[in-house]
Amino acid sequence: MATEEQLALTRALSGDGGLGVEESKLVSIIGKWRKKPDEISSFRKSFNRLFSINGHIEKCEDDHMQKLAIEFSRFHHITLLWVMHPHERDALWAHQVTHKNHHASILVEIACTRPAEELLGVRRAYQTLFHHSLEEDVAYQIKDSKSKLLVGLVSSYRYEGPKVDNDVAKSEAKALHNAIKTAGANKILDNDEVVRILTTRSILHLKKIFKYYKELHGKYLEEDLSGDALLLQTVLCFDSPANYFSQVINDAFKEGAKHMEKEGLSRVMVSRSDVDMEEIKEAYAKLYGAKLSSVIAKKTHGCFRDSLLALAGVTNA
Amino acid sequence: MATLSIPNPVPSAIEDAEKLRKAFQGWGTDEKAMIAVLAHRDAAQRKQIKIAYEEQYKEKLLKRIESEISGHFERAVYRWIFDPVERQAIMANIAIKNKVVDFPVIIEIACINSSNELLAVKQVYQSLYKHSLEEDVASHATGDFRKLLFALVGTYRYDGEEINTELAKTEAKILNDAITKGEYNSDEIIRILSTRSKAQLQATFNCYKDAHNLSITKALSTKTPNDFVIALRAAIRCRTTPTKYFEKVLRNILQKSGMDEDALTRVIVMHAEKDLKEIKELFQTRANMTLEQAVAKKTSGDYENFLLALIGN
Repeated sequence: MATEEQLALTRALSGDGGLGVEESKLVSIIGKWRKKPDEISSFRKSFNRLFSINGHIEKCEDDHMQKLAIEFSRFHHITLLWVMHPHERDALWAHQVTHKNHHASILVEIACTRPAEELLGVRRAYQTLFHHSLEEDVAYQIKDSKSKLLVGLVSSYRYEGPKVDNDVAKSEAKALHNAIKTAGANKILDNDEVVRILTTRSILHLKKIFKYYKELHGKYLEEDLSGDALLLQTVLCFDSPANYFSQVINDAFKEGAKHMEKEGLSRVMVSRSDVDMEEIKEAYAKLYGAKLSSVIAKKTHGCFRDSLLALAGVTNA
Repeated sequence: MATLSIPNPVPSAIEDAEKLRKAFQGWGTDEKAMIAVLAHRDAAQRKQIKIAYEEQYKEKLLKRIESEISGHFERAVYRWIFDPVERQAIMANIAIKNKVVDFPVIIEIACINSSNELLAVKQVYQSLYKHSLEEDVASHATGDFRKLLFALVGTYRYDGEEINTELAKTEAKILNDAITKGEYNSDEIIRILSTRSKAQLQATFNCYKDAHNLSITKALSTKTPNDFVIALRAAIRCRTTPTKYFEKVLRNILQKSGMDEDALTRVIVMHAEKDLKEIKELFQTRANMTLEQAVAKKTSGDYENFLLALIGN
């Protein structure tokens, strides 16, 4: 019969069942098992995931130790991200896409949800850090069909004023529709008009296009783009960033979420805490029928959990 | 260095505004008086004159000028009055709204300015035209020109001095592959030309010359004039040797038959308060006459006087 402490320690050191580690629980067990080496020894013998017999000791497993290191350091990681200059943060994330094979969706996220001056600041920070422009690295490192879209998105310095030309928006909605109809399912990215419109038009203008698209063709642009993840994400980031960020958060909590998807949680919470967290909480509740704070409280542990709740603006965890 | 010459001491903006007002009054216009003021004031002074004139006489200086003078002279003065940043934004817009996008203007603006100077132009462009420069270039240019111009205008280039020699060699090879295949519009040529820093690009072109005993611009010369290749060569020259580029533009305008006043105005007006002195000196060695002589030969009247005042003598 496992004791309460053994169960708690197992949960804390198992590295799944949520993100982060319950530091306070660990500390109390350390206290409870002081001068009780047999308790610790018997735990080592029973917890095969972390320990395996090697000679006369139960040795720690390297793989599992790495997993644990990630969970223990989520709070460390999120704190550093939080204290960093937002432009350095974004530049580092962008660099991970160009140099460490992180997913291109992070570039789309940064390029489409940061205001023009912020994106410019990110590009400046990138130059300071890496002695290359972000544009040149994206163009050089990403040479497939996504390249035109991605280079265009990160290069953009969009007009942010209120003026929108409705006639142009209408004709561009039609142009998008034509492009989608004539291109093959995976070839929409190759279409110059699609890329031009998405990479240069102001966000207000784009929203008008989306509106006209639905009015003229009966379907939402997202429905017609469902075959291309990056284009779909681009449109979503412009049309409803709160929905997009809610999706990223949800992906982090899904069963079988990969390491990168889990990192998305920290990225979104830190980068949006001061920007549109209220809208994200609303959108999350609508999309998934649950309060974001409740899901965080349930699926994360310890200081990591508390920092997420603080970033979410929840005062009493 | 600028060729613009300003009197010392320079009259106050109010005095200048009065002089201009006098030049406008009565029958006809005293163009010489206009030139004496406007062609000899720097951007900050011209701005103060505009403000002083408007305050004193309750009308916009530019509007008055447009109604007083005309033709090439008027176009030159109009472009000259603005400060360099606003001027480039206005000229970019004119170039874009042309029936066919006037690509040399866009290439010059995109390639000669530092990243931060180009950014300033874009900011003014947005406030004037309620569109970004990129979106207007992209929606008005087509085909290969759109690819090239958009890439040149859109990139916020790194301005540092570091060079990666291995990369320069590799990219020189990439350029050669595309050129030998005649694929002048290749994505790689455009990528390298528009995203690499000036230092890196120069290193790449040097590697190219070392490897093939031919400068890249010569390699891009085709027997039949192809507008796109002309644009590529212009971009290359503007990014690496702008003084030579402008000298050549001037020599082409002033020593060949026919006359492109808009291009002449553009070069003189855009460089008089920047680096026209170096361009002038190079012109003299290449053309065997001074720039003033060449301009005097090909232009006349107030237009000629205005240009000569800017060129400085």
